[in-house]
Amino acid sequence: MPHPMTAPQILDREFLEIRAKLLELAASFDRLDRAQGTVSGDSRESLIQEGLKILQSDDPNRAEQLQLLFSRQYDENWRQNFSL
Amino acid sequence: MYYFDPHIHMVSRTTDDYETLSRMGCVGMSEPAFWAGFDRGSVESFRDYFRQLTDFEKKRAGQFGLQHFTWLCINAKEAENVSLSREVIKMIPEFLDIPGVLGIGEIGLNKNTKNESTIFLEHLELAANYEQQILIHTPHLEDKYQGTRMILDMLCGDRRLDHHRVLVDHVEEHTIRPVLEKGFWAGMTLYPVSKCTPQRAADMVEMYGPERLMVNSAGDWGPSKPTAVPDFIVEMRRRGHSESLIRKVVYENPMEFFGQSQNFQFTPPDVPETITET
Repeated sequence: MPHPMTAPQILDREFLEIRAKLLELAASFDRLDRAQGTVSGDSRESLIQEGLKILQSDDPNRAEQLQLLFSRQYDENWRQNFSL
Repeated sequence: MYYFDPHIHMVSRTTDDYETLSRMGCVGMSEPAFWAGFDRGSVESFRDYFRQLTDFEKKRAGQFGLQHFTWLCINAKEAENVSLSREVIKMIPEFLDIPGVLGIGEIGLNKNTKNESTIFLEHLELAANYEQQILIHTPHLEDKYQGTRMILDMLCGDRRLDHHRVLVDHVEEHTIRPVLEKGFWAGMTLYPVSKCTPQRAADMVEMYGPERLMVNSAGDWGPSKPTAVPDFIVEMRRRGHSESLIRKVVYENPMEFFGQSQNFQFTPPDVPETITET
């Protein structure tokens, strides 16, 4: 289904929202840096870094890829493993 | 614009919310049985809950001209208690002939465990034996993808089930495709933090088309917004989508899906609606 708005129209509408979301991310990372202790080695930190790479890619399905990044893996043999 | 909320937990909401929904164009809702926020201790607790769903809520909604329908089950969280779950499943047929009872739901998975899967399969057995429609809860956050795939495996493994009579709810970007590809209906839940936003729901309508797709608020006792469906309507309008497309998603699709249940006796609003094509 074609989107009724053009890309420039969407950017006009969403530029400030995107800017605000980027600022929220930046502020969260700054907050982590300022706080005592470290999160290096925390698997969630690695996931966030992987997520940022997905955002910067040219793939059209970034939202789906991010969702899969933050998902537990599916094992097609699960019924066998559960004896169901 | 009239709309129908296909998934909302009104037992957790105030009477004021019914009035607000009515003011915003809601003409009806379907309410699946769910977790109360604590584990119930006996089958009698569920019997009382089902009386509340099938009797009291219908009257409360009716005060504001809203038509209330419901689904019955023991939810995935409490399914960890297998013996209680089996007692509840055995009791459910007492209620299946009551007008407004649409089927079995919201059944599903929560942490994707063996017990949850066992009780899910026993709910499918109940639905098949009584020719009931099914409404499905898919898990939250990191468990959603795995749980949805497991649910689809179980549904597709039962040849008695008509996929067009099953609604798989809370789909997101990574689960909507397999649900639709296998012929099921899909519901997008609009939540303030988890699940889906009105913007992302509109994206998915654009990517997958409006067929077999619905949006709901799943308003409950947690952070949620019972008027989320109107937010989706506004987002679609702001993007320039036609009133007929929006109406299909928020009104006609629920009518088509729920209309498959013999207990869905819905009276359309008798006031002519003004439809403005953009």
